[in-house]
Formats: sequence, C-alpha cells, structure tokens
Amino acid sequence: MPIERSDIHPTHKYGDFKMRCGKPFPFGTTLVPGGVNFSIFSSQATSCTLVLFQKHAKEPMAEIPFPDEFRIGNVYCMVVFDLESENIEYGYRMDGPNNFAQGHCFDKTKILLDPYAKMIGGRDIWGITPDWQDIYQHRARITFDDFDWENDTMLEIAPEDQIIYEMHVRSFTRDPSSGLKENYRGTFAGIREKIPYLKELGINAVELMPIYEFDEFENSRPNPETGETLLNYWGYSTVGFFAPKGGYAATGKFGMQVDELKALVKELHKNGMEVILDVVFNHTAEGNEKGPTISYRGIDNKTYYMLTPEGYYFNFSGTGNTLNCNNPVVRGMVLDCLRYWAAEYHIDGFRFDLAAILGRAPNGTPLANPPLLESLAFDPILAKCKLIAEAWDAGGLYQVGSFPAYGRWAEWNGKYRDTLRKFLKGESNVGEVAQRLQGSPDLYAPSGRVPATSINFITCHDGFTLMDLVSYNDKHNEANGENNNDGGNDNDSWNCGWEGQSDNPEIKALRHRQIKNAIAMLMVSQGVPMILMGDEGGRTKQGNNNTYCHDNKLNWLDWSLFKTNADLVKFVQNCIAFRKAHPVLRNPNHFQNRDYVGSGYPDISWHGTRAWYVDWSSSHTIAFLLCGKHAKQGQVEDNYIYVAMNMHWESKWFEIPGLPPDRKWHVFANTGAEPPEDSWVPGKEPSLENQAGLLLRDRSVVILVG
Amino acid sequence: MSIVQEIKTINDVKVVVLEGEVDTKTASSVTDAILPLIESGSKIILDMTGVAYMSSAGIRVLKVVHQKTVAQESKLVLVGLSEDIEDTMSITGFLNFFVTTKTLEEGLEALAS
Repeated sequence: MPIERSDIHPTHKYGDFKMRCGKPFPFGTTLVPGGVNFSIFSSQATSCTLVLFQKHAKEPMAEIPFPDEFRIGNVYCMVVFDLESENIEYGYRMDGPNNFAQGHCFDKTKILLDPYAKMIGGRDIWGITPDWQDIYQHRARITFDDFDWENDTMLEIAPEDQIIYEMHVRSFTRDPSSGLKENYRGTFAGIREKIPYLKELGINAVELMPIYEFDEFENSRPNPETGETLLNYWGYSTVGFFAPKGGYAATGKFGMQVDELKALVKELHKNGMEVILDVVFNHTAEGNEKGPTISYRGIDNKTYYMLTPEGYYFNFSGTGNTLNCNNPVVRGMVLDCLRYWAAEYHIDGFRFDLAAILGRAPNGTPLANPPLLESLAFDPILAKCKLIAEAWDAGGLYQVGSFPAYGRWAEWNGKYRDTLRKFLKGESNVGEVAQRLQGSPDLYAPSGRVPATSINFITCHDGFTLMDLVSYNDKHNEANGENNNDGGNDNDSWNCGWEGQSDNPEIKALRHRQIKNAIAMLMVSQGVPMILMGDEGGRTKQGNNNTYCHDNKLNWLDWSLFKTNADLVKFVQNCIAFRKAHPVLRNPNHFQNRDYVGSGYPDISWHGTRAWYVDWSSSHTIAFLLCGKHAKQGQVEDNYIYVAMNMHWESKWFEIPGLPPDRKWHVFANTGAEPPEDSWVPGKEPSLENQAGLLLRDRSVVILVG
Repeated sequence: MSIVQEIKTINDVKVVVLEGEVDTKTASSVTDAILPLIESGSKIILDMTGVAYMSSAGIRVLKVVHQKTVAQESKLVLVGLSEDIEDTMSITGFLNFFVTTKTLEEGLEALAS
C-alpha cells in the first residue's frame, strides 16, 4: 500500500485558490498530486504573477502573485490546487526594469507566454482570423503526458541507410485532390492517412518542416495581384518551442494536437519510417524592436536574445532577432526542448535551420568550440538522434564542411546541390562531381567524418522544385508581392529550351529525363539522399522559388500529378528500392580507392567513355564502378554496380568495364529509354545485350548491376 | 454531475448507458459507476449513443476503464460512438484499444462469441 506524500496539501490561499511552493524542475507545467506545478525563470524580473483564464475567455479569472518565498534563485515556482487543467489557459505578468540600452523590456501590462508551454491556444484552427483585441494572443495550456506508446521506440535506422522525404504538413494533404475528408486535410491526421503512399514510395524518414506553434498571421498582408491573404505559411518563426501547432491538427479545435502528433509518430514508426523535425532555434516570432511581445522579450530579453551594446537586436537570422543560443540558460532551454521531443514524442532526429547561429557567442562572434553544439552532440537522451545542420546563416557564416561536428552532426550539403545542378546543365567539372557522388570525402574525410555526414539533396523547400529546376531559367516570385526581389538568384537551373509550362513533347520528355537523371544520381550517391515532397510526381510551383507565404495551390500538393506523371513516380520508386537493395551504395565509411578484400577490383573505380580511363577535364561524361565484395567495408556481399552519366548534348558510347567471369551486367535504369523501360524493379533487371558497351543518349544516366 | 443514465444487466452483460458530455466535470461519475463493475471475466458494454462530446480527459477515462478490463481479464465494448467522436479517438490513437459496434444488439453479439 503506497504511502501518501506529505507535501501534497496547500499552505497558502489567494482568493479562491490554494497554493504551495512548487518545485523548480521541470520548467513549465507539470501535473502533480492534487494540482499543477508552475515554474518559470527570469533573471531580471522584480515580481511575477500567474494569470489564469478559463479557456477562450477574454478576461483572466485570477491573477495570483508569486509570494517571495515561492522563488528559488531566479526561478518562480508554485503548485496551484484543484485546477481543471484541461479547461484553463495560463500566462505570466512580470515586472522589472525597462531600459532599452541595457536590454531590459519588462512591461507588466503584457501577459506573457511560458517558453516551456507544451500546448498553445489562440490559433486552434488554421487560418481563422484572430481577435486582434485579445489581450493574450498565444495562450499556454496544460497537457496530459500519458500517451500509450505500447512498444514504440525510436527506429535508430543507421544514418547511411536513411532516405529522407522533406514535407510540409499542410501542403501534403490540404488540396482536395488528396481525397481525404475535409477535417483531415492539411493535418497530422492527414499524413497518417497517407502512410500507405509513403510506404509504397519506399522512403524511411519523413522530415517535417516546422511543426511547433507558430503564427500563420505573422506579417500577413494582401497579395498585390490577387488580393488573397499572404500568410506566414512555412512557419520558420517560433512562438513556442515545446508545443505542436494546433492548426496542424484535425483535433486542434479540441486541444488534442499532442495526442494526434504522437499517434502519427507511432504509426510512422510502425511502418518503418523515422520522424525528423525541422527546428528553428535561430530566432523567434517576436521580431526586432518593432515586433510583438509574446514571451521572451517580456520575461528576460537580455538573456534570450543576442543584443548589440546599444541594446538593438543582432539579426544573423535575417528575420529581426537572433536567439542567444550559447548563453547557458538558453542552451539549457534548447537542450530541454530537444530532450522533450525525443522522450515525449519519440522523435528520431532534428534538422537545425540556420545552424551556424548555434555556434555564435552572445556578441555574435563565431565560436571554435560552441558549448551548445558540444552539449547536443554528447547529450545522453539525444545520443541516438540524428542531428542535421543547415550549416550556414544569414550573417555570412558558411560552414559546410567546417561545422563543429563532434563526430555526430550531419550537414545539408549545399555543395552537393550546386555541383549536381551544374552537372545537369553540363557545366560542372567531373572531378567535383566525383567527390559529391562519393559522399564528399574532400569536405569530410580529413576531419574523420563519415559519408553519412553529407545530406545529399538537389531540391528542398528553399528554391525550385525539381520540375521547376528543369522548366525555368529564372525565378518568378511576383506572387510574393516583393517585385520578384525575394528568393535566391543562383538557382543553377535550365529550362530545357522554353521558360515555363510547355506542351512541346520533346521539351516535356527532356524535362522528365532530367528529373530522372537527378533522382538516379542522388540515389546512387554515398551519403544520405533527401528528396522534396512531390518531386516524385513532378510538382511545380510555377517557377516561384520562395513560396513561404502562400496558402494555396502553389504550395498544396496536387495528388493527381501522381497519375499524370506516373512514369516519374515509378522511376523514383524503383530507384529507392534499388538503393535499399544494395548496401554497396550505403557505406558507413569512405572509399579507400583500392582493393582491400582481394576481389581484383578496387572498392570504387572511375571511368569515362573508355573503361578504366577518365578525362578529368570533362564537364559531361563520367562513370564509376562499385565492387560488390567491398560493400560495407567488405562485411557484406553485394552486386557490382556501374553508373554512367552523359550530360552532353550528343549521344556517347561508353565502354563498360568487365565483370568477373561468373557475372553478367543487367540494366537497372536507363533514363534515355522510353518508360516503362527506363527502370526496373530490383531483382527483375534484364540482361544487357552488349556486355562490352552501350550508347548513352544525350543527357542520360545508366545504372547497371552485375 | 453524473452522466450515467442507467445501469442494467442483459444476460450476463452489464450495460452502462451514458447521456451527455464526458469531460473533466463528469469524468469521475463515469469511473465511479463503471470501475466497481469490472471483475474477473465480466462483460461490460458502455452505451455511448447519447454522448455528443468527449474531451481529452473524457477519452482518458475510457482508457482507464479499458486498462482495468485488461487487468481483470474482462471484456469491454463501446456502442454507438458518433462519427465525430470515433474520428477523434482514431486520430489521437485511442480507438484501436477498443472493440466498438454501432448498436447495442451488435455489442451483445460481440460479447456472446
């Protein structure tokens, strides 16, 4: 018979409410016997009041000041008893100095959001115009943490075995063509309904663009051309780091987004797919001096933000403010946050937006040994999570290849993207291409980092889709209302002879072939491939390479594309299946460029139009041969694989290196062939007629297996 | 406030009929009524035809009831879930713990087999 705790009865009263001193850990709210523990940090506040609302009410139902005896150091903590935790919303008022130059912005007229809020109300349903008179726009709520995971746990897929699919929650199923019930469209529940599609495609990791609470109405403004409202659609602007976005949940209107997201993760795991979250610790939704005070600014401005000596906000994120990540308290918050997602939501990995900021000191200087990055790399709870860095920021710090990795971090390899895009146009040097296809040892091997460090991608949410990469020479972002000044200009794209949509069958065929070339090369590269949602169907954004503000068909995935461009979908499926079938494409370590198992072939060898000879000055033709006996450093046996690439505008004859006498070459893929003969289901590949060589048509890729 | 409208026995099955909303206010009336009925080998039907709305706390009450039935090796069927409630329970991952039927007759049949 368990003995009742002796510290579960109130000791204080305030009006109708009973309280006692709380515990400082964990920060945020915790359900305890009889009540709720509230805990919040502020190093400069002179007083703190807990403000309680009935859910959705305009005015607070109570404001309970923290007695001084409820403060431990810089932490205010209190247990409030007999609260109907699922029906209330809470916030804080803090008083303290208000001195801009010293970095203090206390304003006790504002109700502040708990940085550790696990659920946030106020934008419960996507796109419903907020009540701008509401004195408390983003309202913290209290959650249940008793989700039944049964036996679920993180999948711990080996990094080199991942195949990542970058997805925007709303875009994935919002369009009516998704065929889902209206209330499911554009939500976590919608993704769950489409798991069979993802499974058939074959990917094993879903990377979700920001899913924690953000304000879609931030910077909302009318589209100058159509009058429709442009929103903060992508969500790279955090309101609350610990709360999943209510507007992304079909059950958000009932406040059940926590369970809904957990149920999605559980189901993805059941189907062999990891979940990676795109996390945005580089800035918050509070903007610069002119931005709204939602949370941090009113709680401890100087701690949470990087400030200039005059008190202005450093802007290394390009969005107005920069989170002060290497301040020990903020570092603690980032760690708490990631541990929370890993432990409570079973998240398999994190991709850090503008991660170079995470390596800057409070005054902005790049650090050689950033404490935050080191803490993350060695954290016990995060030990098996993937950590992926977008290794640059908007302040000029470009760290691809030099990001402080501590042996754990992977990087979005921007050089892979640039090199492969140029190669598709026939403009790259094949020596550079060879490095990228091998997992970029030039960037990573000298510091002892493995191929899986390199997240290989040709497209992502930033920039053109794959179809647009081969349909437009220039960006067309007029719909964003910024005179086409926004979005990158260095797209390395080529429109195949016509700018924009075309009915010309030759141009369309070339575009499909180029898309297949891109996917084929991506899927046979060492490192980790990432594809953009919809690229497998030839999704277009009409040439807009920065659709951050569009809640419409420009962003919504059109599911009919998977029928229209079924040849592309099949090709991508087969390439993914091929990658999964062949461990020689997924080596945990770099190639040694020699024969160390005695097969008579080096682990990798390079060829050109002649076997065993490369013209390294070429921009158009290159091939490589992987010896199957060297797969996974000789630990497993695999087939031999030969990949030939011809990015010239003319056909080229490729002499194929010979196989050992007991093997024959079969054709897995030939992007130059007419579908459905452009690729085959792995294991069913037809024999190659002429084992000594074959003709690659202009701009095509051939993959042989033997 | 109690939303337990009636408790009756049909053959060897105890049927608990609920009417109203299952949320924090009414949750304890549900557990107070049902948990004592759950003994080793017992058969329980929770008739939810008259339940228009269940909150997050309400769904958890069902889970607590379900847990006791598992512990006691007894059987539980939920009858008459509205489309909205069934959707919500499915989306939040709770539905697959339960056997559900549309009508009381089907529920009794399910427990008879």
